[in-house]
Amino acid sequence: MTSRRTIVEKIWSARTILSEDGLDLLHIDRSLLTDLSGTVGLEEIEADGLALHDPALNFAIPDHVVETRENAGFDPARRERFVATLERLAARHDVRHFARGSGRQGIVHVTAMDQGITLPGLLLVCGDSHTSTHGALGALAFGIGSTEVKHTLATQTLWMQRPRLARITLSGSLCPGVYAKDVALWIIARLGADWGREHAIEFSGPAIVAMSVDARATLCNMAVELGARFGVVGPDETVFNHLQGKPFAPSGADWEAAKTAWRALPTEPGAIFDKEVSFDAGEITPQITWGTSPEQAIAADGALPPVGEADPKAAAYIDLAPGQKITGVPVDYVFIGSCANGRIEDLRVAAAVVRGARVPHHVTALVVPGSEVVKEQAEDEGLHDIFRAAGFQWGEPGCSMCVGVNGDIVPPGKRCVSTSNRNFVGRQGPGARTHLASPATAAACAIAGVIVTAPQIASGAGAA
Amino acid sequence: MKPFTSVEGVAAPLPLENVDTDVIIPMDALLSRPRDELGARAFEPLRYRADGSETADFVLNRTAYRAASILIAGRNFGCGSSREGAVHALAGFGLRVVIAPTFGDIFYSNCLKNGVLPVRLEEESVRILMEAADRAAGAAPFHVDLVEQRVAAPDVAPITFDFDPALKQRLIDGEDEITMTLRHEAEIRAWQKRDRTARSWAWRVLESEG
Repeated sequence: MTSRRTIVEKIWSARTILSEDGLDLLHIDRSLLTDLSGTVGLEEIEADGLALHDPALNFAIPDHVVETRENAGFDPARRERFVATLERLAARHDVRHFARGSGRQGIVHVTAMDQGITLPGLLLVCGDSHTSTHGALGALAFGIGSTEVKHTLATQTLWMQRPRLARITLSGSLCPGVYAKDVALWIIARLGADWGREHAIEFSGPAIVAMSVDARATLCNMAVELGARFGVVGPDETVFNHLQGKPFAPSGADWEAAKTAWRALPTEPGAIFDKEVSFDAGEITPQITWGTSPEQAIAADGALPPVGEADPKAAAYIDLAPGQKITGVPVDYVFIGSCANGRIEDLRVAAAVVRGARVPHHVTALVVPGSEVVKEQAEDEGLHDIFRAAGFQWGEPGCSMCVGVNGDIVPPGKRCVSTSNRNFVGRQGPGARTHLASPATAAACAIAGVIVTAPQIASGAGAA
Repeated sequence: MKPFTSVEGVAAPLPLENVDTDVIIPMDALLSRPRDELGARAFEPLRYRADGSETADFVLNRTAYRAASILIAGRNFGCGSSREGAVHALAGFGLRVVIAPTFGDIFYSNCLKNGVLPVRLEEESVRILMEAADRAAGAAPFHVDLVEQRVAAPDVAPITFDFDPALKQRLIDGEDEITMTLRHEAEIRAWQKRDRTARSWAWRVLESEG
């Protein structure tokens, strides 16, 4: 038994303090506090007169409500209510806080990975469903509700049922011009948006091993859109190289000890999963969603499902007809960013597509780097100049138009191709119509002013 | 937490799949209202037109179902965002039970923290209950009993459901979880002490950096 364990079982049992009636009391190694759920969690702790159990294991990082674009209808009262309150409460409770301008602010799921806060083998939580992203580094990471945030702050633990185990294996290799986002949407379309419920999903196989950390992050980010609270990839040299020298990664003798521990984490051959599925990566094509669930994804040069198959409510909301070809549908907004696709490789791929071209007047195009580290790197590489020259706005790090709570919304009835992770009704603003796609596809749509597939860019292959 | 044992009341059918928590409570509502007022904006995109008037065909706007305490929905109910306000909004509206074939995992656990009972049933059982709720049109009550793990609907044979025994007990007791956990404080601290030695790499960096 012990010789054939999965990475999820290994981390889970290593972080279990005690078990009671089938529930495990897990130690939370790192907790991330956003300006929404984190602020509320800290307020509730104070309201109940409780103290933080381990302030040093918590990181407060404003991302949802922070301003990402000038003149976007940003509400200063909301900043005061959430962003300023988080900073104040973090200071009062001795929690590290990454303010805008600190060089460390960003979307929690981007910046914690930039900073080395997320490490293989750790259990990490955040009051945000896309916490699954951190599984890209071999951590067991999951989103929690605000009661669980409060419980974590007060006890540094959570009571959990061990999830069932699922594995998705990708054999072969991705075709040029196909990115991790396409992989995620393609898989969700085939398996359904609730395939992963009650499971932790491990991604494995040659096509995953070949992926960069940024690409794995996109895939693990989207695991929650497949219904799973956890997505994870076994850590390897790609991960170790990413982490080495990061501010919160171990160093010196600790670094060597950590690597030894991390090398023992990956799932062993012969381990048993509750369910498994494999795909040939070579079959995957660029994808775009047509409806209001991530499972409603089609080939970016394809057509909506026919009458009788296409959910009529979704088609009506998105204002497209069943059977209609998606190519050529006019686009009003393009958003490149988010915890799904706001990393440096995403921006490189998008920049390669837009270089030298120009966004038509009827399109509002926005790039929002996922973190201050990503933004600085992109600016060092001159990517911001490429985007600006093409007519894109270049924003400040945050969640921005993915969730639309900082004034960055898509107006009612407008159509947006977005590299974010949710095309839900009203997600980008009341009445907004969202099409999820990769940074390459989104960039191509911005330039064309209509939905198109991206031309293949030689230098862009392999990431995003 | 509000304990849960059983509920008797009107059941409303919502035959939609993938109802996400953004639809259950939009972010804007979540940020501009206190928790106990979220019921007024539950299901806002389905319940109201852009001008604020009610949509006549949405089930919870129909006279027969306005007092519903039980909701019967399609698969993957509560998927998406982890916002616990989705549960606060349902509870604020008066719903104490949601029955569906599957739930979003985080939504499911958020329900348990707020005395709302999520009941998973086979697609076929959910369909039977939706039809019964249609026929009853609010006139005959449904009864959902956690202790017996049973749903009783008018003109339908009682349907039993599975429920994790430990989670069931916690719902019935309704005890504050933090208080319960802190009874193990000595074990938590002892575990941490051991881990600091065994995995110093995971701890030491937090003492020096930042």
